[in-house]
Amino acid sequence: MVMFWVSLLAISILLYVLLDGVDLGVGLLFGLASGEARRGAMLSAVAPIWDGNETWLVVTAVILWGAFPIVYATLLSAFYLPLIVMLMGLILRGVAFEFRYKTQRLRWIWDVSFAGGSLIATFIQGMTVGALVEGVPFTNGDYSGGEIGWLTPFAVLCGIGLCLGYALLGACWLVRKCDAEVRDVARRQISILAVGVLAFLVLVFAYALAEHLPILHRWIDRPYLFAFPAVGAVAATVLALSILNHNDYWPFHMVGLIFVSAFGTLALSFWPYMIPFQITVDQAAAPQSSLMFMFWGGVVVFPLMLLYTVINYSVFRGKVRASAGYGH
Amino acid sequence: MEMTALFLSRIQFAFTITFHIIFPSFTIGLAAWLTVLETLHLRTGSPVYRGIFEFWLKIFGVAFGLGVVSGIVMAFQFGTNWSELSKMSGPIQGPLLMYETFTAFMLEASFFGVLIFGRSRVPPWFYLFSTAMVALGTTFSAFWIMVNNSWMQVPTGYVMEKGMFVPNDWTKIILNPVVWSPFPHMLLASYLTGAFCVAATGAWYLLRKVYHAEARIMLRMGIGLAAVLMPIQLVFGHLSGGYVNTYQPAKMAAIEGRWNDEKPASEVLFAWPDVANRRNLFEIKLPPPFGSLIGADSLTAGETGLNSIAPENRPPVLIPFFSFRIMVACGLVMLGLAWLGSYLSFKHRLAYNRPMLWLTFLSFPLPFIAIITGWFTAEVGRQPWVVYGVLRTADAVTPFLTTRQATISLVIFCAVYAFIFLFGTFYIYRLIRNGPARKPFEIPHLVVPNRPMSLADEEQIREPSYVIGGE
Repeated sequence: MVMFWVSLLAISILLYVLLDGVDLGVGLLFGLASGEARRGAMLSAVAPIWDGNETWLVVTAVILWGAFPIVYATLLSAFYLPLIVMLMGLILRGVAFEFRYKTQRLRWIWDVSFAGGSLIATFIQGMTVGALVEGVPFTNGDYSGGEIGWLTPFAVLCGIGLCLGYALLGACWLVRKCDAEVRDVARRQISILAVGVLAFLVLVFAYALAEHLPILHRWIDRPYLFAFPAVGAVAATVLALSILNHNDYWPFHMVGLIFVSAFGTLALSFWPYMIPFQITVDQAAAPQSSLMFMFWGGVVVFPLMLLYTVINYSVFRGKVRASAGYGH
Repeated sequence: MEMTALFLSRIQFAFTITFHIIFPSFTIGLAAWLTVLETLHLRTGSPVYRGIFEFWLKIFGVAFGLGVVSGIVMAFQFGTNWSELSKMSGPIQGPLLMYETFTAFMLEASFFGVLIFGRSRVPPWFYLFSTAMVALGTTFSAFWIMVNNSWMQVPTGYVMEKGMFVPNDWTKIILNPVVWSPFPHMLLASYLTGAFCVAATGAWYLLRKVYHAEARIMLRMGIGLAAVLMPIQLVFGHLSGGYVNTYQPAKMAAIEGRWNDEKPASEVLFAWPDVANRRNLFEIKLPPPFGSLIGADSLTAGETGLNSIAPENRPPVLIPFFSFRIMVACGLVMLGLAWLGSYLSFKHRLAYNRPMLWLTFLSFPLPFIAIITGWFTAEVGRQPWVVYGVLRTADAVTPFLTTRQATISLVIFCAVYAFIFLFGTFYIYRLIRNGPARKPFEIPHLVVPNRPMSLADEEQIREPSYVIGGE
């Protein structure tokens, strides 16, 4: 039963990263784009799906609360200020979709809030993961790092890395969904961003070596973990080839695969810890009676949620039409 | 009051949840109304309904967006500020909110996309289906939230193990008798909010002499629905009071402004509770047994006074006392308006009765005020407990949260919420002021292909006789 909820949690996190990663990435690239035509097209590429995508974050939060209450309480309270700021980023990003089409003169406010909100949310998500990987101070299972115990150079580096990663996802999505100039620009961005992400991964690896992060020992103990980076490397190769061949379809899937392999690498290198080297999956699990009650939600309703997501994506499949905006 | 992390966290929770509830209470009603409109449109083919649908859909979009983004905050705030509560009650509240997200949020969010962008991409039946799914999602969401809140009000179906609330009877938790009055109470409140906003909009247009056809439909449907729902709402309000009386005598005493035990009890209508001296000033009250009758449906029942509650278990008095009275006053005014309006509408005089139109127009804040003050009554009256009788609010807060952190987050929340609220309400105001689009809609499945929409069609829309079942 615990494993069941670990799997659903992992799926939800992964879906959030892949799906909302696209929206946030488009938000980041939106900040670089100029001209109403381009911006409108970029927004239309994610407008019908962002709300559902963001919901996977809430799914993650409530699974965590229901199935692993200690982790929910510990993580959220430890990362107090960054999480609040991330939520504000998501709020500003979210309202911009509706608000920017309600005004002409002040549209710039919502353009700033869309790009800025995406940037803040992405950076903090990456930073949080980075801080967790590096390890935040705990005393007797309680966070003891103080107000900014999570703020380290490594965490900041991971924040920047995730910005590059999401932007790469976003660029691949734009190549798939858009035409003309937006697609051409995104195509050029993919190659730059892909190099950036690669450089980031090398940096992280070097940092880990230099600092002897606890995670590194686990890698030496478990060589089979290298299967994930290997998959990532294959995906990166296919990505490079598809960019060279001007293919619109493959880049998105390959970047997705790179994210999956990065996620798998992280998750497995910490297993069985949920908060690295502090709280294990079994320590954190809610009582059996809670997990059993949630089980039906997991077996019956969770697949339905996947179905809604599929329906939503299939209704809005294909290239974005120029006229399909939030203008209603 | 000292500015502790606990106090600031309470203010922050109250502020964010108050801000949030404004939007769901509006959109739950609006989603149901959109479903009705789309059904009417498909059945009658009347472009007026389509016009009203498209108009309210835009407003729905803005309000729904604000509800979504402010709701995400709630999913995190239990953990950030109330880590002790989330650890202890996670095994119960976590699964309940998980079911909310699973059954409601994903449904709403996915079909909301179809609703806003998908009209041209899906067949009409699927579009109607999507509208209904959004409405259903909002209702599910309200249900789980009320189950969750009812458990905090009257915890049941659990045992304490290792400092956690461990559920041992989920039927008791979900079929908690307490759920079945506050849930309908909240749902009806949302429908009434929708009804009054729609009616007020119609009244405004009639006062401005614009959008006559649409305005009459809005006014008639809004006022009519309110006239039917308002008395039912009073019944459920009374039933909700019944559970408070049974399970939470301290809250009841605060609401009633009752200091001493009485048997049978009197009923304080108005007063200024003088908390320091434990008495009421300027009191107007009904003699016994009205207090027992209202509280316990009995002529002889004894009612608890605040003085017989241990001082450390007493709730604040002023907020529950006044917010309850404001809620009831709003309810009674809405009942009067709805019934008078329906009578005039039945007599075909409502659309020409300007004082009544003004009153209807100005009534739109009432349902919001009633909902917010109703929640204040329920939640402040529950203090000093977060899980009633078991876990104190003071013991639920994150232990290592500093005053500075809580201050920073509260300031950020206030700033961002004020910013988006001002723009959001302004955009909604402007959408309503501009009114339904006047250009005729294409309805390919109903009109003969290639037949140009003539001006005559548009004129027809404005004909009062065209309105089905007009006033």
